[in-house]
Amino acid sequence: MDIKYDRRSFIKTSTVSLGAAALPLTMVELAFAKPSDNFTFAYISDSHIQQIKGTQFVRNWDRGLIRAVAETNLLRPKPDFIMYGGDLAQMGNKAELDHGAELLSKLNGKVYHVMGEHDYYLDLGEYWSKLFGKQYYSFNHKGVHFVVLNSILTYDDWTFNRWPSAEQRMAEMAGLDNPNGSPFMVGDKQREWLKKDLAKVKKDTPIVVFSHSPLQKIYKGWNFWTEDAEQVQALLAPFDKVTVFYGHVHQIQYNQVGNIAFTSAMATAWPWPYPQSYAQAQQLLPKLTVQMNRADPFFERDATGWQFIDVNSGRASATFNLYNNSTRTVAFDPEAGHPRDLTYQDEDKRIAPQVHY
Amino acid sequence: MPPKASDAKVINMKIASVIACAALALGASAAVNADEFTQEDLARWQQQFEGVVKEGRGLWTDAKLGTNGVVCAQCHPNAANTHPETYPKFQKQLGKVANFWEMVNWCIRNPLEGAELAANDPKMTALISYATWERRGVKLEPGKH
Repeated sequence: MDIKYDRRSFIKTSTVSLGAAALPLTMVELAFAKPSDNFTFAYISDSHIQQIKGTQFVRNWDRGLIRAVAETNLLRPKPDFIMYGGDLAQMGNKAELDHGAELLSKLNGKVYHVMGEHDYYLDLGEYWSKLFGKQYYSFNHKGVHFVVLNSILTYDDWTFNRWPSAEQRMAEMAGLDNPNGSPFMVGDKQREWLKKDLAKVKKDTPIVVFSHSPLQKIYKGWNFWTEDAEQVQALLAPFDKVTVFYGHVHQIQYNQVGNIAFTSAMATAWPWPYPQSYAQAQQLLPKLTVQMNRADPFFERDATGWQFIDVNSGRASATFNLYNNSTRTVAFDPEAGHPRDLTYQDEDKRIAPQVHY
Repeated sequence: MPPKASDAKVINMKIASVIACAALALGASAAVNADEFTQEDLARWQQQFEGVVKEGRGLWTDAKLGTNGVVCAQCHPNAANTHPETYPKFQKQLGKVANFWEMVNWCIRNPLEGAELAANDPKMTALISYATWERRGVKLEPGKH
């Protein structure tokens, strides 16, 4: 069931709070001392466009992306650009990437792309790169240094020698809980590039990094994981204010590691269980994270949503708007030195649907 | 009156069943009580169960279970967030106490756009066996939401 809203009331409410219409995307605002320097960007991720055959695609996942695109176009103030967080496709084929690109082409504005494993492991990113360009890069926008990494690479032996066909390689990596998968990593080459790229940046410049997988270790079994996360974190450590946004996990997560604040984005396609829901394995979900409500499967778009991020003095405050659920705000607390949920952080403030088991 | 052909059949079946019972008794090698079983029996039963669990894992990742290629594992890796240990329970969306298999069918019909299975379909047994096996060790809490 979709939330009903009309365009006029949406635009009106959006100036105060976008909560009246929950969007399956991430709205980001970077706020500076001078309000005239503020800007916003939208962040859409994990659409998993899935081909059935020919020109038929899974309706459910299509609808998630179509809705995100339509609602992004309604955002006021208009975002400066849109970040797409990866996993546009499900099995990485041309039909899926083309169809996804066509749906995204309706966006009004510049779109930047992050590589996801579902986009990559069929042809190792060849067709994706034809459509969207470089797999890792950086750019400056209004005083912020943005970095995009391809964090879903893995060991060469797995990529090049393990599988008899590209299709099987893709299928093996596509299964989240498939024990034949392999841990994600940024790799030596990109870390060397990142080191050089950051050498030109002043230490007090706010840094915003986008990766598909979390640049922190949460649960290896589902690849909520980046093998060389610590080495990437070490390259970011000298900077005063660093924020890392990632997709892949299809759920709200946030954390603080040293100077680095982490925030995940939700998927437009479907939500995932928190790893602790798998009774047979240990996991390291950040203690800071107050989990989002358990998804109601009867609401097709439940547990997808969007977040509004305001980086005050280079630190992030994220407002998550969830379908059929209350709005969540997670803000950086300078005294505590980490992000806190403004409503639910204290143990006695949490609500029953946030209990995952 | 000579026995009819059909009577002869009944007699033959009786003889056959007596032989079968004798064979079972011999096979159990001196086990005279019906409720006694061996390590070999336990191993075989475990193997049978594990076979069905494996079949269930196959179906959990089988693009042919529904019609659109979506698989159970896409939303439920390792069958997480299925909570077989909480059924039967009041399912608020259905407005009644429901069984686990009814929710499996809900998923087959909706996200998988497929045809539902009978409750005793061997495929349903396999799916439930897999999901329950992934929750082994978790205490039974019927009715929990």
